[in-house]
Amino acid sequence: MLDWRWDFTWEILPRLLAATGNTLLAAGIGYAIAVVLGLVLALAQRTPFKPLTIAVRESVEFIRSTPLVLQIFFVFYVGPQFGIRLSPWTAGMIAIGLHYAAYLSEVYRGGLESVPKGQWEAAKSLNLSMSRTYFRVILPQALPPSLAGMGNYLVGIFKDTPMLSVIGVAELMHTANAIGSETYRFLEPFTLVGIIFLLISLPTAALIRLFEAWTRRKLGLG
Amino acid sequence: MEKADISGLPLRLEGDNVPMVSFKKVTKAYGDLVVLDALDLDVGQGEMVTIIGPSGSGKTTVLRMLMTLETINGGVIYVDGEPLTHMERGGKLVRADNRHLRKIRSKIGMCFQHFNLFPHMTALENCMEGPVHVLGLSRKEAQERSEELLALVGMADKRNQHPSRLSGGQQQRVAIARALAMRPKVMLFDEVTSALDPEVIGEVTNVIRQLVGEHNLTMLMVTHQMGFAKDISDRVCFFFGGRIEEQGTPEELFGNPQKERTQQFLSAVKEAT
Amino acid sequence: MSYLEFLSQYGDRIVSGTLITVALTVLAALLAMAIALAAGLMRMARNPAVRGVATVYIEIFRGTSLLVQLYWIFFVLPLFGISLEKFTAGFVAVGMNLGAYGAELVRGAIQSVPRGQWEAALALNMSPAKRMRRVILPQAILIMLPSWGNLLIELLKGTALVALISVTDLMFQVKQINGTTFMSAEAFGTALIIYYVLARFMITPFMRWLEGFMMRKMGRA
Repeated sequence: MLDWRWDFTWEILPRLLAATGNTLLAAGIGYAIAVVLGLVLALAQRTPFKPLTIAVRESVEFIRSTPLVLQIFFVFYVGPQFGIRLSPWTAGMIAIGLHYAAYLSEVYRGGLESVPKGQWEAAKSLNLSMSRTYFRVILPQALPPSLAGMGNYLVGIFKDTPMLSVIGVAELMHTANAIGSETYRFLEPFTLVGIIFLLISLPTAALIRLFEAWTRRKLGLG
Repeated sequence: MEKADISGLPLRLEGDNVPMVSFKKVTKAYGDLVVLDALDLDVGQGEMVTIIGPSGSGKTTVLRMLMTLETINGGVIYVDGEPLTHMERGGKLVRADNRHLRKIRSKIGMCFQHFNLFPHMTALENCMEGPVHVLGLSRKEAQERSEELLALVGMADKRNQHPSRLSGGQQQRVAIARALAMRPKVMLFDEVTSALDPEVIGEVTNVIRQLVGEHNLTMLMVTHQMGFAKDISDRVCFFFGGRIEEQGTPEELFGNPQKERTQQFLSAVKEAT
Repeated sequence: MSYLEFLSQYGDRIVSGTLITVALTVLAALLAMAIALAAGLMRMARNPAVRGVATVYIEIFRGTSLLVQLYWIFFVLPLFGISLEKFTAGFVAVGMNLGAYGAELVRGAIQSVPRGQWEAALALNMSPAKRMRRVILPQAILIMLPSWGNLLIELLKGTALVALISVTDLMFQVKQINGTTFMSAEAFGTALIIYYVLARFMITPFMRWLEGFMMRKMGRA
């Protein structure tokens, strides 16, 4: 019934592994953008300037409620309409970075809100400055509850990188597709892609859980 | 409510015997709910004033406003003669800005019902945080001061423990040391024994008793421990409906309450214990 | 071409694509719920083999990408003799993927029903199946409903990927329109707004209503 061909498997494996490098790179860059931009979006929602707060809040909702693949198309194709030509990589990184920034901003927001009100009050009663209160009192406590969410989205962004193939970023899925259309064999490339994803995402998820526990202990919160 | 008239109030309190804390026509409301209704209350230098009353009577709000944790809708609070909630601009009192608040706030320390120790810092680090980063003390000085105070509250041997390793009573004692490390002139105790198991209440009240004896501190306390209030206070204020219903020395207030509401409250409390 | 002209010319295709998207979402959601319940319960079974099957299923579908799963189901499954028509392959992939996430919600919700409820049901001498159906599940459903609201939005977003195996959903239609007109902002922008409206003004209010309905039914409101 099934004809899995090992010789073909060994032949295409190096190509897929090379593409895995691109997948990891895309996930890494996208995540770096999301981590920083997400914090900006979260803090922007805490400013007393209401119009900004509402605008950011609604944008985050919008980004979270619409498909990433559509956002990738949007960023890639709408630029040229207005004379801005973005490479697949640039467009892809903007789209995926922004998408996950919206998710991470919610994680940070949850983390910040999980710090009991009494901590703010104690900081105030000791007359700590605003920056000192944030950096020394609030953020260290907001971080551990955020770590689980941050970890999930690290794995999430990695698993969403195949969508970048739709605009021609040469990551894992794109390469598997190319192999499929060259050779008319889909079994091995698609199965290998699945296995590669599992082999990376499962241990990563486990490592993140360990890291989370370690951080809690380190901060004396365990 | 916002525009309550404060024009008749002085820019600062001067003369002999200026009270350490002075509430003048202080009003606080959440929407339609008036929590404090034109409160006037003076607390003298070194005085220990206890506030009692049913829940919702506004007693905790008094402390929280003094610590600037709540904004004020009307009136002015003075600390050490200077306005706290307001500041002088061109001969008039205007709402205080952050700089002014930080300056006056440094005279006040507070202990909370739920301790609010920073969970990621040890007992010692909790005490040193303010002295180092607000008062600008060297780490060495701050550590000496903190260790001294931790010893005073009987927590010297636990100084390197995180709060999660301490009992409620121990946490509250560290919180007292932390507040004292800022050398405040006024200490606020907001139901500091309410979250504690009965058997450890004594260790916290003993520390407060000691402070009355040793330090020339002005103290304001909200508590449900009537016996403790009776022992320790110079004056007891009974709050009801956002006002001081009755006040006097512990002997007067507990021994011979004049108002009906005070009598009802005290007998209800007595029955419960 | 103005945006109005654009809409009058391509409105029909956008509407038909939207209907396909809605159909995919509903079918995938039903499949996901069934799988979530089955896999969630199996994950807590005493029998290690049953538990193992559920765990492997959940880990595989949560550990790889929806797109990979979709391609695998559409291109590779026929080699095993299972050929699914592309529309079916589309909602099956989305349903199986989100079902794996839903299984964890089911498990979490069941585990957070207070211990005392199990004990009370046991004390009434209910059979295990009856305990689950009559006492535990109704409470678990209430606990997990808010999370299902988010999951259904993820599911709606997931259906956009089936355009890549040429199911003529909303995503597919606007991609085609973009290919012929190059009016990318109009085409993709319109689709973004439609997805947003479906998520925020259909799914979210529906789940809110359902929550209220369940609460009343269970006498919590």
